[in-house]
Amino acid sequence: MVLKAFFPTCCVSVDSGLLVGRWVPEHSSAVVLAVLHFPFIPIQVKQLLAQVRQASEVGVAVLGTWCHCRQEPEESLGRFLEGLGAVFPHEPWLQLCRERGGTLWSCEVTHRQAPTDPSAPGEDQVMLIFYDQRQVLLSQLHPPTVLPDRQAGATPASTGGLAAVFDTVARSEVLFRSDRFDEGPVRLSHWQSEGVEASILAELARRASGPVCLLLASLLSLVSAVGACRVFKLWPLSFVGSKLSTCEQLRHRLEHLTLIFSTRKAENSAQLMRKANTVASVLLDVALGLTLLSWLHGRSRIGHLADALVPVADHVAEELQHLLQWLMGAPAGLKMNRALDQVLGRFFLYHIHLWISYIHLMSPFIEHILWHVGLSACLGLTVALSLLSDIIALLTFHIYCFYVYGARLYCLKIHGLSSLWRLFRGKKWNVLRQRVDSCSYDLDQLFIGTLLFTILLFLLPTTALYYLVFTLLRLLVVAVQGLIHLLVDLINSLPLYSLGLRLCRPYRLAAGVKFRVLQHEAGRPLRLLMQINPLPYSRVMHTYRLPSCGCHPKDSWGALCRKLFFGELIYPWRQRGDKQD
Amino acid sequence: MEDERSFSDICGGRLALQRRYYSPSCREFCLRCPRLSLRSLTAVTCTVWLAAYGLFTLCENSMILSAAIFITLLGLLGYLHFVKIDQETLLIIDSLGIQMTSSYASGKESTTFIEMGKVKDIVINEAIYMQKVIYYLCILLKDPVEPHGIAQVVPVFQVPSSGLQLKKARGVEG
Repeated sequence: MVLKAFFPTCCVSVDSGLLVGRWVPEHSSAVVLAVLHFPFIPIQVKQLLAQVRQASEVGVAVLGTWCHCRQEPEESLGRFLEGLGAVFPHEPWLQLCRERGGTLWSCEVTHRQAPTDPSAPGEDQVMLIFYDQRQVLLSQLHPPTVLPDRQAGATPASTGGLAAVFDTVARSEVLFRSDRFDEGPVRLSHWQSEGVEASILAELARRASGPVCLLLASLLSLVSAVGACRVFKLWPLSFVGSKLSTCEQLRHRLEHLTLIFSTRKAENSAQLMRKANTVASVLLDVALGLTLLSWLHGRSRIGHLADALVPVADHVAEELQHLLQWLMGAPAGLKMNRALDQVLGRFFLYHIHLWISYIHLMSPFIEHILWHVGLSACLGLTVALSLLSDIIALLTFHIYCFYVYGARLYCLKIHGLSSLWRLFRGKKWNVLRQRVDSCSYDLDQLFIGTLLFTILLFLLPTTALYYLVFTLLRLLVVAVQGLIHLLVDLINSLPLYSLGLRLCRPYRLAAGVKFRVLQHEAGRPLRLLMQINPLPYSRVMHTYRLPSCGCHPKDSWGALCRKLFFGELIYPWRQRGDKQD
Repeated sequence: MEDERSFSDICGGRLALQRRYYSPSCREFCLRCPRLSLRSLTAVTCTVWLAAYGLFTLCENSMILSAAIFITLLGLLGYLHFVKIDQETLLIIDSLGIQMTSSYASGKESTTFIEMGKVKDIVINEAIYMQKVIYYLCILLKDPVEPHGIAQVVPVFQVPSSGLQLKKARGVEG
């Protein structure tokens, strides 16, 4: 196997010294983490490496020597470097050298023992791979490779060589903590040797977050205790609570806030990203909600809205009345059964009359209600949208009632017709065997059955027409509510922090790596530049998507059509945890 | 060491294959695809604009013309950025892996790197497309769960070519 030497780009122009890093024998790769400069005392170097090994559980060792000759190559330095191989025994021993202005690189590998495999080629080929230490340290590979045991130097052979490199650099943070301004016994060069990276704001936030999280977590637990008390589990309140999407959304947001302000630290990076995404989602929600609030309360828009609401409700009711008058006449040229038509039409007209009276009763209070509802937008745009969806549901309650009456009537008719049709043919439904069996009926049973069948059959067009019209209206309302729910879902589950990270710091989310071949001369080792290949946006969305409310249509299109045909009630946008009707 | 040959793909366009030999452990194959032809671009633009003009004479709304221009521009940009591949490169590094780069006409480059440990074999696959049989090179990936199974088949070049030239190319990599 070709020997791969991973060399950090920050150490390319430093002075001569020792190469400190980790040797991975399964992939025949040497990961150089830092360069140790002269002068040093070997005992102190060995002590430092033992400390780092214990703290980070990575098998760091001296891998070889690094020689940077700015002018002519020095003979004495060369022999001195060769002698160091005896002081720090490592198998194999690397000697990297960069000469004369930087374009000529050479790398020699010496094996102390004879190679164990007699068929291996006598001369080792070496490949130099340059990597950006800061980016490799901060990036995270997707899919994450789980390394089961963190023993010093142990890497299962099944993990890829690149995952081992990333893991080594990530775990060796202890080595990068000292910079050149420290008064330590040894002088190291790595990505932080010009000064350790830190941010005052991040440190302050970290110190402040402890007590703030504690306070808010206790407040939130108080709120959830109030919400979980026995009063809300009693029948009227629990029923109303399960039907309103606002309560569901508030519960969802409370869960999110509890997650954000929990005092437990995130165990792995996936949980950290989840927390960060939740924070971003809540902040966006509140920001959009406050914008909506300021827009609503400015220039007395609520007053205009309240003034427009009652005429709109009146207009809808009038249109419904016109529709019913049309159905009671000869709709689309069809001839309806006069008596049934009149009964159904008058029944629905009376309903509308009741509804209009109710709206007129409420009209003085509408503005106050809307004002208080508008205030709820400060809790978030999603809460305001859920409230809007609930208000639409309440305002179109009469359409829902008509739909239920029409559907029940139609369903009864269809069931009656199918059962009497079986009687007409001399069969019956066997409940025990769950199949259709032949049956011998008496003459009077057959007579009455056939009569009823004929009556139901000829009344079918009237009922079917009423059912069709009210189902279409109901589907329209459901579609509007569905759109609002989709928007709420989008705001709830969009992973804003991950998308922002992908946009501004693409090396943090890595799908893999890519290599570029650098200028190559014959006789010199092959030099490659390793760069991070960022994760595509679709995979970022897919991996870091927050779990949503679960308000998705439960029925497929085929099942929906079947339910519509047989007159079963449809609730396409059911909330999770509701009982089926 | 460089070497260039030209072939033709299944639609008759000219392809150029360039082979570079960096070292005994590193080789690169670069396939250049036929460029966007002015004739097809003009034909599509003229069709779209004639259709828009026809609609305009029916509806007398000038928004249709602006919309047609907008659609043509966006469509062309989208085609150049997401669909039209200019050049495909295959870089094989011994004991490290295989890297496939596609560069699009707008300059976008998308790279995939497959580690050597995951590669089971490189094969030439046959596929029946309409009335002809086309050949394409693909990489078989190992299944992490089952040692003898195959997890994925990854086609190498998106431009399929005829069998003889592909066999020659494969024999060279071999």
